[in-house]
Amino acid sequence: MADSNYDSNYILEVKHLCQSFTSGRGKKKITVHAVDDVSFGVRPAETFGLVGESGCGKTTTGRTIIRLYNPTSGEMYFNGRDIAGKMDKDLRKYLTDNIAMIFQDPIESLNPRMTIEEIVGEGLKIRGVTDPKEVRSRVVSMLRKVGLTEEHATRYPHEFSGGQRQRIGIARAIITEPKLVIADEPVSALDVSIQAQVINLLNDLKEEMGLTILFIAHNLSVVKYFSDRIGVMYFGKLVEVANGDDLYKHPLHPYTKALLSAIPEPNPLTERTRQRVDYDPKRDHDYSQEKPSMVEVEPGHFVYCSPSELEKYKAEIAAR
Amino acid sequence: MAAEMMNNDVILSVKDLRINFRAYGGLVQAVRGVSFDLHRGETLAIVGESGSGKSVSIKAILGILANNAIIESGEILYDGMDLTKVTEDDFHQIRGKRIGLIFQDPLSALNPIMKIGKQITEVLHLHTKMTKEQARARAIELMEAVGIPDAPRRFEQYPFQFSGGMRQRIVIAIALAGDPEILICDEPTTALDVTVQAKILELINQIKKDRNLSVIFITHDLGVVANMADRVNVMYAGKIVETGTAEEIFFEPAHPYTWALLSSMPDLQTKERLMAIPGTPPNMIYPPKGDAFAARNRYAMKIDFEKEPPFFKLSDTHMAATWLLHPKASAVNKIEMPEILRARIERMKKMGEANNG
Repeated sequence: MADSNYDSNYILEVKHLCQSFTSGRGKKKITVHAVDDVSFGVRPAETFGLVGESGCGKTTTGRTIIRLYNPTSGEMYFNGRDIAGKMDKDLRKYLTDNIAMIFQDPIESLNPRMTIEEIVGEGLKIRGVTDPKEVRSRVVSMLRKVGLTEEHATRYPHEFSGGQRQRIGIARAIITEPKLVIADEPVSALDVSIQAQVINLLNDLKEEMGLTILFIAHNLSVVKYFSDRIGVMYFGKLVEVANGDDLYKHPLHPYTKALLSAIPEPNPLTERTRQRVDYDPKRDHDYSQEKPSMVEVEPGHFVYCSPSELEKYKAEIAAR
Repeated sequence: MAAEMMNNDVILSVKDLRINFRAYGGLVQAVRGVSFDLHRGETLAIVGESGSGKSVSIKAILGILANNAIIESGEILYDGMDLTKVTEDDFHQIRGKRIGLIFQDPLSALNPIMKIGKQITEVLHLHTKMTKEQARARAIELMEAVGIPDAPRRFEQYPFQFSGGMRQRIVIAIALAGDPEILICDEPTTALDVTVQAKILELINQIKKDRNLSVIFITHDLGVVANMADRVNVMYAGKIVETGTAEEIFFEPAHPYTWALLSSMPDLQTKERLMAIPGTPPNMIYPPKGDAFAARNRYAMKIDFEKEPPFFKLSDTHMAATWLLHPKASAVNKIEMPEILRARIERMKKMGEANNG
């Protein structure tokens, strides 16, 4: 991640992104740094997973990228174009043409008064497809692609089960053929047996359409299964980025280790002897002397650390 | 563990429980003939999807079913009583005092405008004769036992001043205040983050050991089941489809639904395509004839759509309700668990040996 402007390896590049929210005024003013100096890049056609606990800023990061929020500071580039600047008509069109979003709650995110055809076809109409026949045929083909049928087009959201609603949400997101899809916890509201259906569907679509996906979730097993590279967030900071296997086999940051040690696995033999690692930022880091930053410790593996910690991590890598 | 399994010290026994709900569309058959025993000092996990009847069964045990519920038949035997026939007044002597409950959502389980301390002492005053000072001391003791630092100060605080994990600890403290012998946990960690979840599970395990509690643990997370359970009941569409020790369920699953559950979620090693379960759970107003899982079961035979399978015994502790285990079915064409699952179980066993050896 060189500090020069734009890296052409990445379709989406986020640099030193900060997003803070304020509440109250005067003396009572409180500023929350939801996202604090986050930098990462997403390569074309890859799935980049963002994991972390609730409140760590993973959802805020996704929402800032699609500009539901105006970033407090930092740079964002999509295909080389600056998308962090002033929101004008042109930028909005560029963003909505290229980036789509799948939401967590399949009930809340669908308008109950619109039919499925209207919901899925809305994006097309906004983009100037006015011929109802064409909208209809594209909606139907999209519904088929996500595993629904033509009859579903005239129904309303309440007539569908959770898994089917999530399929509708996916159809709505990809009908405009975006380059990047931000999927914010797309399966966590679904039942176990339905989750696998939706994960398989997203995997198929990814291959078929060459989608780039920013996958935001808290379930590490799902993120590991689904993502090529993973970023771990903790309290607004991105603390470690690596490809899935590296991150799970050789975690370096103490928070990543703590997080991995807490995942229950469906294996009674290992579960009964599980050793959990605790993470306490005050105990595990001493940042009073040196300031931490994001460093590439080994090729493709980034850790947020101070120079002395970097030495320690390097020794750890050499020892394996 | 083996010794625990052998003792026949049954503390709670559910026999052929059937519960229906009156609804607009008709009678919803939520629980359709569930029987199980809870032994002293064990953790029994009940696994299933939403709507499988797991929460309804335990609500019946606590006598907190919704008003439109009808207990069609069956009995819940506890200490010489049938809990399906106990009056609400008598239930006050059982609920909270002898059977404790931990809810899924700790925020809605606590009163937002009552101080934490009061919510714990309330239980103490209800079930024991204690002075105010004694109750306060006991409550602080309980708060310390569930790992709340600085308990005397926290005693005076309100629920909104606690984080999710701390709230769940308070709920556990309240559940323990009556000094129950059975603790029922209804998805106690589903609303929590993984790191917090791990701590709460450790706490429940610790308390269980210290107090020799019997625990019924309801969840849909198989990882949590592996962590907590001695025995496991797998429920689908209002019935138990498979029951066994944790090892039997995870390493020798026999029911196609258990196979599907185990192979539908990725673990940290999974690379291959997931085996999704097609379709959705059945509408329980019109429960399907035969095996309820048949319509989603790729191994379903003709008989599955016609006749309900009985339990087939695999060992003293392990039973599964599937026609696949019928001698005739296995004689014609023995169906084994899917390859993806077999590979995973092999891998898990190896990991387990590596860990413990």
